[in-house]
Order: sequence, then C-alpha cells, then structure tokens
Amino acid sequence: MRAIDPRLLRRARSSSGFLLVCVVIGLAIAACVFGQAVTLAMGISRVFLGGADFHGISILLVLLAGLTLMRAALSYLHETAAARATAVVKSQLRQGLMCRFVDAGPSWSSEHRTGEITQLATRGLDALDAYFSRYLPQLVLTAIISPLFVVVVWATDWISGVVLLLTLPIVLLFMVLAGLSAQRRTNDRWRALERMSNHFLDVAEGLTTLRVFGRARAQRRAVQSVTHEYRRTTMTVLRVSFLSSFVLELFASLSVAIVAVQVGLRLIGGSIELEAALIVLLLAPEAFQPLRTLGASYHAAAEGRSATEKILDILDEPAPPLGTRITPSAVEFVAVQDVTVHRADASIATFAPTSFGLRRSEVVALVGPSGCGKSTLLSVMLGFLEPFAGTVRMDGVSVAEADRQSWLGHIAWMPQRPTLVAGTVAGNVRLGAPDATDTEVAAALAKAACKGLDPRRPIAQNGADLSAGERQRIALARCFLRTERGADLLLLDEPTAHLDAPTELHALGAIRQLSVGRFVLMVAHRPAAIDFADRTVELGAGIPEERPMTSAALS
Amino acid sequence: MRSPSEVPSRAGSSRRLLSLAAPGRRRFFTACGLGVLAVGSGVGLIACAAWLISAASLQPHIAALTVAIVGVRVFALAKAVLRYTERLVSHDVAFRMLATIRMRFVTALEPLSPGALPVYHRGDLLARMVSDVDGLQELPLRVLQPVAVAAGAAALAVSIVATLLPSSAAVLAATLVVAAVVAPAATSWANRHAEAQLATVRAELSTSVVTLLNARADLVAYGAAPQHLAELRELDARLTRIARSSALATGVGAGLAVVCAGCAVWAALALGTSAVRAGALSGVMLAVVVLIPLAAFEALQILPTATLAYGRSRQCGERVIEVMDTPAPVIEPSNVGRLDRANLWPISLQGAGARWSNTHSSAPAAVTDVDLELMPGRTVAVVGESGAGKTTLSAMLLRFVELSSGRYRIGPVDARNVAGDEVRRIVGLCAQDAHIFDSTIRENLRLARPACDDDELRDALRRVRLLGWVERLPDGLDTHVGEDGQRLSEGERRRLSVARALLADFPAIVFDEPTANLDQPTADALVRDLLVATADRATVLITHRLSALELVDEIIVLKNGSVAERGRHDQLILAGGPYAHSWRSEHGRTASGHWERSRNER
Repeated sequence: MRAIDPRLLRRARSSSGFLLVCVVIGLAIAACVFGQAVTLAMGISRVFLGGADFHGISILLVLLAGLTLMRAALSYLHETAAARATAVVKSQLRQGLMCRFVDAGPSWSSEHRTGEITQLATRGLDALDAYFSRYLPQLVLTAIISPLFVVVVWATDWISGVVLLLTLPIVLLFMVLAGLSAQRRTNDRWRALERMSNHFLDVAEGLTTLRVFGRARAQRRAVQSVTHEYRRTTMTVLRVSFLSSFVLELFASLSVAIVAVQVGLRLIGGSIELEAALIVLLLAPEAFQPLRTLGASYHAAAEGRSATEKILDILDEPAPPLGTRITPSAVEFVAVQDVTVHRADASIATFAPTSFGLRRSEVVALVGPSGCGKSTLLSVMLGFLEPFAGTVRMDGVSVAEADRQSWLGHIAWMPQRPTLVAGTVAGNVRLGAPDATDTEVAAALAKAACKGLDPRRPIAQNGADLSAGERQRIALARCFLRTERGADLLLLDEPTAHLDAPTELHALGAIRQLSVGRFVLMVAHRPAAIDFADRTVELGAGIPEERPMTSAALS
Repeated sequence: MRSPSEVPSRAGSSRRLLSLAAPGRRRFFTACGLGVLAVGSGVGLIACAAWLISAASLQPHIAALTVAIVGVRVFALAKAVLRYTERLVSHDVAFRMLATIRMRFVTALEPLSPGALPVYHRGDLLARMVSDVDGLQELPLRVLQPVAVAAGAAALAVSIVATLLPSSAAVLAATLVVAAVVAPAATSWANRHAEAQLATVRAELSTSVVTLLNARADLVAYGAAPQHLAELRELDARLTRIARSSALATGVGAGLAVVCAGCAVWAALALGTSAVRAGALSGVMLAVVVLIPLAAFEALQILPTATLAYGRSRQCGERVIEVMDTPAPVIEPSNVGRLDRANLWPISLQGAGARWSNTHSSAPAAVTDVDLELMPGRTVAVVGESGAGKTTLSAMLLRFVELSSGRYRIGPVDARNVAGDEVRRIVGLCAQDAHIFDSTIRENLRLARPACDDDELRDALRRVRLLGWVERLPDGLDTHVGEDGQRLSEGERRRLSVARALLADFPAIVFDEPTANLDQPTADALVRDLLVATADRATVLITHRLSALELVDEIIVLKNGSVAERGRHDQLILAGGPYAHSWRSEHGRTASGHWERSRNER
C-alpha cells in the first residue's frame, strides 16, 4: 500500500507545495501543544503543591493565552490551505480526464461507460476532499508529531516514553492491517455504487417502457435490492475499516491509562515530580491524537483514493497515436481502399473489403440491408474507428496519418442518431460554425425544412424534448451550415429517415444544391433517397458493386 | 422548474427535509446514547487520571487509590468499545434511511414519465439520484447525531465541573455554547452564498460532463469539443472559487473553536487557583477542573463540519424534493376496479383532447377533439407530420396524460375510473423510443411476459424476422445488448421492441413509428407482418411513412392536433386531400426506384 501515489504528485503539481506547507504548520502546532502542556503542568503543580496564588502564575497565564491564539491562527491556516489546494487538484484531474476523452477520440471512450465516467468526474472527485484535504496532510502531520512527542515524553520521563514506544508500533501495525483489507473492500463498494448508478439510469430512461408492460413496480423492487446490496457492501467495509480506529482508540486510551497508573504509583514512591507527571499525562494522548485523526479520516479517504487511482489509471492508458499530416485545402478525390472492420462483438456484421471513390458534384448512396455496417464505415471515414485493414484517403493523405482537426475540417457529418446538446436550436445549428450569423442559421434551418422552428427555442440535453423528426432536421441544418462554411465532404447517415415525404424531398433538394463542387456519401434506405443518388455503392457480405448513374436520378 | 419565490421558507424546508430524511427512531437514539457514553468515558478517563496523579503526589497509601486505578482502566476500555459500536449503528441508520429515500424517489419518478421527466437533463437526474440522495445521508450521520452527542457530552462535563467549581463550570458552559452555536452560525452565515451556489454549479458541471461524453462524437466531428472543454473549465474555475471562499469561513470557524477551548482551560486554571487559595476547592481537584474542559471540547470538534453538512444536505434535499413534488400528469382514481375482459369493446375516444400540464416548451403538442374507435381485428392508422400530436394521442390511450376534454371509454367503463396500470394491461404500446435495457435479449423480451418460455420468445422473434439473426449469435438469446441497446443496429433495436410488444399479448396495441430506420423492403415486410400478427387484436399504427396503408381499416390524418381527414386509403386518394398529396409525393417514383429493381434483378 503506497501512502501517496507518486503519479498524483506528477499530475497535479500544486499538491507537493501544499504538502510542504502542511509540514511547516504541523511542526508549529506540535510546538504549541508542547508549550501548553508544560505551562499547565507548571501552573497546577505550583498552585497545588507550591501554594502559589493568582499573581504567582500570572506569567504562565499570559503565556497560555498567547499559545492559544497562535494555535487558533495555525488551525485557520491549515484549514484554508487544505481547501484551496484540494479545489485546485480536483480541477486539474477533472480537466485532465475530460481532455483525455476528447483527444483519444470517440471510439476509445466507448469502452468506458458514461455512468462510470460521470461518477468519477463528479462524485469520485468530490470524494477527493476527504483524501486530499484531510488524509494526506494528516499523514504528514502524523509522521512528524507522533515520533516527536514520544521523544519529548521520553525526555521528561523515560519509563512513560517506553510505554508509548511499545504501544505506538502495535497501533501502527493494526492500522496497516485493517487498512489493507478495507482498501480491497472499498473497491467492491465503488463497483456497487457504479452498478447502482448505471442500473438507476437504465430504469429512469426506461420508465415509460416499464409502465407500458406494467413492470415499473417490479423494477422499483430491483432498485431497492440494488440499494440494499449497496448498504450491505458498505457496512461490510465499515465493520472492517472502523476496526482500525477501534484498535487505535483502544490502545490510545489504554496507554494513557497505563501511563497514568504507573506514574501515579511512582509518585507515591516519590521517584517522579508532579510537574513531570502532569506533562506526561497531557502529552501521552497527544502522541496518539494524530494517529486517531488519521484513522478517522481513513475510511472517507479510501473512497477518494480509489477514485483518484481510477482516474490516474485512465490517464495512464496509452492513447491511440495522433496523426500530424495536414490535408490539402482543395482535395481532389476521396478514396476508400479495401476497408474492412472487425468488431470484437460478433452481433454486429462485418462487411467484406470495400473500395470506392468519391468525385466532386456527385451524390453517392451507400446501401445494403440493415445492420451490415454502413454507419461503421462512416466512422472509419471520420477517423473515429481504426479499420482492421485498408484505409481512407483524401488525395495522398490517409486518415491514420492525418491531423485530426484538418481532416475533420473537410467533413460535415450527419450521424444516424444525432446527439443534440443542451441550449437552443440556434446553438446546435452553430455547433460547427460558432461565428455564423443569425441569417446564416435561419437559412440553414430553412434548407433543412424547419422554418417553423424558432431558433431561440431552448432544447434539453440530448434533444429529449424534441421529436425524432425535429432532432433530425436540426442535425441536418447543423450539417448544412458546416457545409456552407467550407466543409467539402458530406457524410450523411440516413439523413431523411424520420422525415415525412414532402419534407424528405425538400431536404434532398437542399443536398443536391450543396453537392455542387462537393463530395457526398449518403447512407440510404428509402427509395426516394436511393433514387435521388447518382450512383450507389452496395455494402454487403460479397464484393461491393458500383452501379452506373441512373437516368431517373438525373431527372 | 420552480422559481425562487416559490421555494418554501427555511423552517418549512427543514421540516420537509426531516420528514424526508428521518432516520429510524430506535436505532438513531441507540446510536446517540452510545455516542454520549463514549465521549463521557473519555471525560471520565481524563478526570480520573488527573485525580489519581494529584492524589498520588501527596503520597498516600496505595489502597486509597485502588478505585481510581480501576476507574482509569474501565473508562479506557469502555471509550473504545462504545465508540466502535456507535459508529456501526449510526452508519447503518444512515444507509437504511438512504435505501428508503431512493425507493421513494424512484416511486415519485414513475408517474412523471414520459411527460414530465425530460425537464431534467440526464446528468442532472443522475446528480439528483446519486449525489443529492447520497448527500442526504449526511443529515443523520454528520448533523443530527453529532449535535445530539455533543450536547449530551457537554452537559455531562459541565455538570461534573459544576459540582467542583461552579464558576469554572459557568465559563465552560459559555465557551462550549460559543464554540458549538456561535462559531458554526458564523461559519454558515459567511458561507450562505457559497453553499447555495455549490449544489447548482455541481449539477451544471455534471450536466456538462454528461453532454461532453454523450455527444463526444458529434462535438469532435464538428470541431466543437475545445469550446465545450473551455466551458467545462470555466465551470470548474467557478467551483474552485466557491471552494476557496467557503474555505475562508471554515478556517475562521476552526480557529474560533480553538480559541474557545483555550479560554475554558485558561479560566479553569485562573478560577481554580483563586478557589484553591480561598479554600473553596480542594487542591487535589485543581487538575481535574483544568483537564476536563480539554476532554469536553473534543466532543465539539466535529460541529463546524456538521453545520456545513447541514447546509449541503438541505440543498440536496431541496433538489430531491423538487423532483418528488412535480405534479403527476394523470390523477389515479382511488378505487381500483378491474376491467371485465369479456366486455372490453369498443375502446373509444369521443371528442377527446389533451394537453401537457407542464408549460415548458418541450411538452408534446396538444390534441383536440379526436374520435377513435378500436375493435378486435380492426386497424387504425394515424398519420401526420411531426408535431401534429400523434405521440400525445398514444399517451391518451395509454393514460400517460389526462384528458382535458371528451371521453375515453373501454367497453362500458370510463377509463378515468380505472387504475392506469389496469388500462395498460388492455392497451399496449410499442413506442418510437422504446427503451432497450442493459441486459440480455431474453431479459428484454421477458419484460413483456415474465412467465414465457423460449419457444414463445422464438415465435415472437420469428414474427418480426429477427429469429435468424438471434440464432446466428454465439450467445443466442443470452446475448447482452449493451447500455441502451448500443450493440444493436437501429433496425435490430426496433424489431426487438416490436417483438417485445407482440409478446405482451395486449388486446389493443399502439405502434408508434415501428419502421423508422428500416430499409424499405424490411419496413414494408414488417408492417405486413405486424398486421398479420395483430389480426385478432385492435391495432393503432402511428406513422409518418405512407406505405402499406391500403391494408388498414381506417386512416386518420392529424394536423396541428386535430383530425384533418379520415377514411380508407382508396377513399382518401379519391378525395384528393393532404393524404393523397403526400402519398403521391412519396410513392410517385417508387415504382421506378432502382433499389426495388436491383432486388428484382437478383
């Protein structure tokens, strides 16, 4: 078990400076506590045995007040420094995680579930509070203060020092043992939490379906049983992780009891002074205090550390190499050469090696039975999916070696299930051209046959409040605007699947208009769309056939 | 969403919060009792040890100290054992409470779908369900119980000191109150803005993270990912600023607590000294009086955290309550009669209209004055552009939305007098966005009829032409379909959901766009298969695609929420209205479509 993951210090640079501040504050607090103990012991023994009055201890009282104020200032400093450093580290890790997702491309991240990553980037990082602002500084404090106080107690009364020296290692041993097994169980707890959030999202999104089949109540029970499983897992973790603090509490209070009793017995014999005895009694619990605080923060910290390690693991995964070649600004041809795709998942069909070229001002329809891999081929052309064999080229540059930004700059893509972002209709249309004017947005919307749609209309996450047809038309407008703004390769995945016949014709007309001087590849199912194309490429189990232009398409 | 003016008063919301997050009483008080005893043992240990050492310094006979020696050891043991037990009991209390809240939350969500749910973003809902509901466990664990334990232990310490030196007890009581009440109040006052913002910004951040993850393909393809990352960075920066400003107040609170503890010890020494000189306090007791405050303040150490935790759990509670308080779109009748299966027909809408009660712009279109009659073996098609009210019509039939006018009868019974679940046993739906659950093909199908065997499953799959595909899969029916059916193609998803709807054996069934995303031959074949499979049932076919409609008994054309025309296919074609116009533009060129031709050539 590593106390501090060195990767954390490397990834979040501000963390090492903060740990240094903790060391300084820790030493100062130790000095204050020691001063307070000595002052109190002297005061009590002078009054009790020495017969001093209020004036006799006035210097001690002034000293005591001063020490109190100093300790208050130190705990203020510690608290603020910890909170600030944590906020910065959280932000750095979150940004790192998100940048990583964008840089690595969409197909990389599909291995990690959305629920899991959301969990990590929000709640997981919030759990870092307990780890980074409590546990880590406490670890530093403990490493300094506990041995220091053993030394001080030893110097005051060596027999009490021996008692502490014997009990402290036992406490440490139990802490490590309990901590080790708690760490394993914490990972189980995280998995339970992930299952719970994935399961709940699944239920929440499927509630309508569940109601249709009268199964909502049964799923409610399933949510309950998942939650109870969560409770059981968590309680098992706690039973063990609280053991470490139990052993701590036990040895801490027992050693105070042992120190008190043996010091008391030696006082009767007169082999120790009252003043020294009181100092020892006051300092003995302080030697254990840091360990107790550490134990108390361990359980909460384990969650944060587990999350941190998951994030660091993700950040350490090798990213697919990024190409650097810039594509020419005026591309002469786009070619798909012998592309095949193998998916680990056999439920998705794999198509035979496919080659075809695209020419400017020509609309090519990509056809084939449902599920034969048409959308997958578009993913390959976008550079989102690495083909098993073959490549896609724009002039001499292949997709694998191309700089992603420059490659995608040529493309306006209309996915089969477009994802809209929360915001307004206009905001979504502007996705690929943030500086487009209102007029341009309105023109694009009109082309996509959504004249009736108010550009200022707010839309929810994922366009959940729109009909499939509306979502599709907005995505079309988005694609059209990007085309107007310089993209010259249109990849359209069933652009008219959710549209009624008149709207479909309108949209196809707009595509025809935009196809002038550009490359257009369109996945198509419906006769109107297939007829419309100049040429079809059929994707299937066999060798893809190219078909000549039809007279119908020219009319 | 609720406007700020409607947010209930602070006291009112605290009561709601307590009623929402009330821990089980018996276990809760057990935990509190254990906590007070544990802290009390700590005070006892220090007091006993202080007396032991003071008394020993007078060098009495050892027998005079026996009780104190035993006392020190017993307190030391009890402290650790009690604390461990207390922690287990209190966490168990909190988690049990959590399970109850989660259940109530899901129960509250159920009647809100599909009409009222989309108001909340997916990420926001996740935040409400997981983070906010989890946040509520802080209420018993880090607020109610620590406060009860601290109060009990402080009272115990003060009363012990009071028997020895009342003036010192008074100072101890005063400093304890300042540390326990004034300092946290000041912290919370200083943090009031920060805490209010924190939950909101966290939810925004969570939404932003989900957007980035869900829409990553679109965002990357459109070069918009850097901009979204920048927005995320800005939110993160805001969160960091809030954390900084609340750190300031927390720091002051921590400092203030240290000052209070110091004052109590200082006063105990000063007052104790005078009392010893005046003979009001035995010298042996001086160390006891000075050391007890140190132990008493240990109980208060968690209080500043408790105030912050209360603020957080209140915010979380408000956001959870907001979801739970969303009014349900349909009022369920109080009596739960069953429908007589022998007397279901006709199922009819008469002059029926409906609108969604939530006024947000995203609500589906309203519908007015629709007549519809369903009989076994009769198929009605509902066509119209998107936004014409087709989905609202299906919601009316499924009792997902309340009728605002007209009547909905099932046989002789008014559907409003029957539980929604009972209506849905008769009228089924295969929705456009039917959810495919993250499970196996078998489990997704068995949702419709949990008791059915594999032969029945295969039969349903055959009817939607999916059996061949399933049999070719290595895992067959046990193939996992992935989150939201991601491992299926669009067409497979659709056919799977149709198979599921057929399996449920509803006497009347609504198909909402069953063929979108299917290629034309498959789509036409599927519609024909559907009509055969549902030949003995009442069927409503909602579609924007005008194919195979010559087979249905009646076509209703919806426009802007009301019926534009109705009749059989040939009648409508003859009438030359909007239907005829759309049909011609869709089918005019199909005959010469080379996709059809290429199929024929093979």
